[in-house]
Amino acid sequence: MRAVDDVSFTVEPQETLGIVGESGCGKSTLARLILRLLEPDAGSVTFLGEDVGSASRRRLKRLRRDMQLVFQDPHASLNPRMTIDDAVAFSLLVHGTPRREARARAGRLLERVGLDPRLYGPRYPHELSGGQRQRVNIARALVLDPKLLVLDEPVSALDKSVQAQVLNLLQDLKAELKLTYVFISHDLNVIEYIADRVLVMYLGHVVETGSAIALADAPKHPYTRALFASAPSMDPSQRLVEPPISGDPPSPVNPPSGCRFRTRCAHVMPRCADAVPPLIPLAADHHVACYLYS
Amino acid sequence: MAINVAPADVQLVVGAPMGYWRTVAWRLRRDPTTIGAGLVLLAIVLSAVLAPVLAPHDPTAGSIRLRLAPIGAPDHPLGTDEQGRDMLSRLLYGGRMTLLAGLTPVLVAFVLGTVMGIAAGYAGGFPNTLIMRTMDIFYAFPSVLLAIAISGSLGPGLWNTLISLSVVFVPRVVRVAESATVQVKSLEFVAAARASGSGVWPIMRHHLLPNVLGPVLVFSSTQVSLSIILAAGLSFLGLGVTPPAAEWGLMLNTLRGSIYVNAWVPALPGVAIFLTSMAFNLLSDGLRDAMEVRV
Repeated sequence: MRAVDDVSFTVEPQETLGIVGESGCGKSTLARLILRLLEPDAGSVTFLGEDVGSASRRRLKRLRRDMQLVFQDPHASLNPRMTIDDAVAFSLLVHGTPRREARARAGRLLERVGLDPRLYGPRYPHELSGGQRQRVNIARALVLDPKLLVLDEPVSALDKSVQAQVLNLLQDLKAELKLTYVFISHDLNVIEYIADRVLVMYLGHVVETGSAIALADAPKHPYTRALFASAPSMDPSQRLVEPPISGDPPSPVNPPSGCRFRTRCAHVMPRCADAVPPLIPLAADHHVACYLYS
Repeated sequence: MAINVAPADVQLVVGAPMGYWRTVAWRLRRDPTTIGAGLVLLAIVLSAVLAPVLAPHDPTAGSIRLRLAPIGAPDHPLGTDEQGRDMLSRLLYGGRMTLLAGLTPVLVAFVLGTVMGIAAGYAGGFPNTLIMRTMDIFYAFPSVLLAIAISGSLGPGLWNTLISLSVVFVPRVVRVAESATVQVKSLEFVAAARASGSGVWPIMRHHLLPNVLGPVLVFSSTQVSLSIILAAGLSFLGLGVTPPAAEWGLMLNTLRGSIYVNAWVPALPGVAIFLTSMAFNLLSDGLRDAMEVRV
């Protein structure tokens, strides 16, 4: 099965790249591939000029200091038998930082993400709320002072009000620590808010990519348009008249030939079944993979 | 319907943060059945440990004139056996053997099984298949049959009992540890630890072991009563502790001919086995409930 197939993109330093798509389209697989938590069958990840895929074990350990992952599920992402202090300090201890120093740094980071280390440090994850746990996850990811943070649906499991708090915290941290984000979400409102550039994925393929503003103003691919149409907008004039997509995505084990979206597309043409449409440039930073525009 | 929250329950929420094991201890202390079973066990273990002090007579010294004295006989409060040996002394000394033969295999299985299970579960692939299918071979035999077969081929004696029972229990614990490890391994905090550059050992030691230990401990504790019964069963069949040493299963065997002469005295080792294994069962039930901490 090909969970992620023919996806290439670059992330510039201090940029936020948003990756959107339905569940099951390969977003999380992509996140794990970037950090080489999964071994790709083909393809490469280059981080600051270095090939992650061929890095030796020791080199990989060093590389992983520079790129960290924040997970979706605030319940499964913290060890229930480890105190918050230990969970945040763990990565530092693994990299040989003396215990005392690691503790101190963990405390400072907890403070930075808005948790009093004296109050929450000695606690266990089940004593914290979802939003607090996600803050701990962010602190844990930042403790190694990374350059790149891959955020895999970091706010999807949280309440709307907590989502906003965590998103603002992420924005602040990014500016303060000069971070680069790869932000994965299925929520267009969140992506629009946080991302500079957006990559829309459907069933392991990139269907459209462009600046967040361009995509929000003029989505081109039928899938992107349907996504924007299905996202509730607060402004009635902004609502697009697009037939909503129906049904579930086809099985990635046996994907449709040609354009993978053709089985659910309102504008399907005979040639869509023949070959996968290439990404064609519409503007300097706006590419779409659809025969409607060729 | 009104919802009443006892002040004692509130303490858990508002009190100082408690570690997992302290929470478990806290719950155990509030469970009367478990406390009862624990006290009975404590009494049994203490009487076994202190047998040389407590026993009024030499457990192996008999008297032809005093054979099968009834319970309450002068100088022999629990009567005498078919060779005129003091039953109380023999029960006290027999407890040492039975507890030793019952607890040691489970302890061995707990340590070996946890290590092998975590290794198999975390490694996956071929090492997992190798370890788990080997365990399945042992698991395929009924436990009693396997214990008898191994003891029978090794010959009677305490050491051989310990070895054969360990072989019975290790595969069971490996299974539990392996399935718990596979479950924990897939959770995101393990991926996070890998992403932070952690090697295999810190992950096993700090992330897998603490989460696997709970289920394995509960499972192992349920096996103690079975192990005690198996140990007594082996010596009942003449494959365990050898005469003239006292052991509950062996005593049951040698006294079984006397059941028509004096029914109460031959029943005593059986009662001792029953009480001990029952107490272990209740204790492990309590432990299981106490350790079901939400995560």
